[in-house]
Amino acid sequence: MQGKLADITFELLGKGRALAGALGSKVVGVLLGHGARDLAGQMGGADTVLYVDHPALAQFTPDAYERTLSALIKDRQPAVVLMGNTSVGMDLAPGLSAGLGLPLLAYCSDIQVSGGRLVATSKLYGGKVMVEADGGESCLATWLTGSSPADAGRSGGAAAVEDAAAPSMDGLRTRFVNLIQPEAGDVDITREDILVSVGRGIGGQENLEIAEDLAKALGGALSASRPIIDNGWLPKARQVGKSGMTVKPKLYLACGISGAPEHLEGMRDADLIIAINTDPGAPIFDVADYGVVGDIFDILPALTEKVAG
Amino acid sequence: MRIVVPVKQVPDLVEELEIDADGKALNRDWLKFKMNEFDEHALEEALLLKEEYGGEVVVVGLDTGEVDDTLFTALAKGADRAVKIVGDFEAGVTSHGAAKMMAEAIRGMGYDLVLTGVQAVDDLDGQVGPLLAAYLGAPHVSVVSGVAVNGGTARVRKEYAGGVVAEIDVDLPAVLGVQAAQQPPRYAPVSRVRQIMKTASLEEMDAAETADAGMAVRRMFKPESGQRAEMIEGNTGQIVDRLVRILNDKGLLKG
Repeated sequence: MQGKLADITFELLGKGRALAGALGSKVVGVLLGHGARDLAGQMGGADTVLYVDHPALAQFTPDAYERTLSALIKDRQPAVVLMGNTSVGMDLAPGLSAGLGLPLLAYCSDIQVSGGRLVATSKLYGGKVMVEADGGESCLATWLTGSSPADAGRSGGAAAVEDAAAPSMDGLRTRFVNLIQPEAGDVDITREDILVSVGRGIGGQENLEIAEDLAKALGGALSASRPIIDNGWLPKARQVGKSGMTVKPKLYLACGISGAPEHLEGMRDADLIIAINTDPGAPIFDVADYGVVGDIFDILPALTEKVAG
Repeated sequence: MRIVVPVKQVPDLVEELEIDADGKALNRDWLKFKMNEFDEHALEEALLLKEEYGGEVVVVGLDTGEVDDTLFTALAKGADRAVKIVGDFEAGVTSHGAAKMMAEAIRGMGYDLVLTGVQAVDDLDGQVGPLLAAYLGAPHVSVVSGVAVNGGTARVRKEYAGGVVAEIDVDLPAVLGVQAAQQPPRYAPVSRVRQIMKTASLEEMDAAETADAGMAVRRMFKPESGQRAEMIEGNTGQIVDRLVRILNDKGLLKG
């Protein structure tokens, strides 16, 4: 995106390498773009990289990308097609599955080979339930960001890049118009050392004050999970998670946030994570360093008083 | 303009989810269902588009969970028609299966736009929006947080990580997977929903095909309490004291 390979690409290459080992086959990276052959060269973690160049592929659009990948998959017949469970992956995988008649396993946090069949473990129900499913001998899988180390897919060597032809781009029904950068909010949460972050547990906009007060007392800033922003209670610039910002503060205080995978993606690498939630089963406790099963309406004001006092 | 909004019921995550004795599915005894929250956003966006451009909003749902409530609530919010697809869904319905049945129904009624939630918590085999587009032979864009219509084209805002947004034009008729409506989903008072239940009726259609191959689920399980968190216990005062000590030890408290 925007001239750089995202970390998820390297995660996929690393995981691909492990699967190729188990299947006794090769890892083929795929890059679609226009004037981006250099980037293909950075995918040394793959045995080969297929690069397709076409003006219609300069920016992502579902139509052009789907027909290109469909042609490649039909031609190469891979055992597994690994894509990120990202905005792009979610736009491509289902249509490819339906069009090519290949099973699709989404939200994968692991894939193994068992008896020549692909078995994936998916994280569903807001991260509360794991589902292990059989993908058969050939399938598509979308991979949850952060499920494997990106470094496993980085390689010092340059990739062996093979140019592949683009299919016909006649009659495209989706067209890129332009890219909009995020509005600079009053606060850049990616630069804050301390974030007091609120989720659904805050209940209502009028309650944000208790978190705001604590943030001020700690010299930090207020951030939030997606539902809070969708409700219009805080501006988009404050959103942490898959469709918001990824933050790595010194302290991330998660208040009333359940910890669905889409949120964890945005904060799991914080130095110190403390979570407060009334639900002892909240997935946030799986990534937090310290947890409190308790009521933020009791704890936050008391903590603010102690810190400020 | 006819806007169709496929909606679905999903288990309410507020409840404790239990795995059934078989180990392959959720225990239905304790499940509470609610409308997929992203479908609520799709419905809201559809209603906003109708207010802006005129037309008709049709909600469609498979007869699972407590879909009647969802369909009547949609009517109470301003949808014009509600269609329930009836069939044998006891064994559960995959995204592929649901999309196929929806496509049959939607193709039959004709449409300009299909707006559905970008994803749902039980989408093991992928998201319904793009699947629906594939079965309808329509163009699609997902992860959409803004829609404007101009003649035969919709201009949508597609969200990427880090707050980056792309504007993409899609030829109508098209399918959009909605991440967020342009304003928070409106609220329909219970009294209005009750009133609608008395005066309006749900249209029923038979599912075109009920056999759903289903995903080959080997097992379902709760994640190991990989509870990495060290839990802090006690009364509020004790908890706060401990938290302050932790923050202090890490040098996080201002001098």
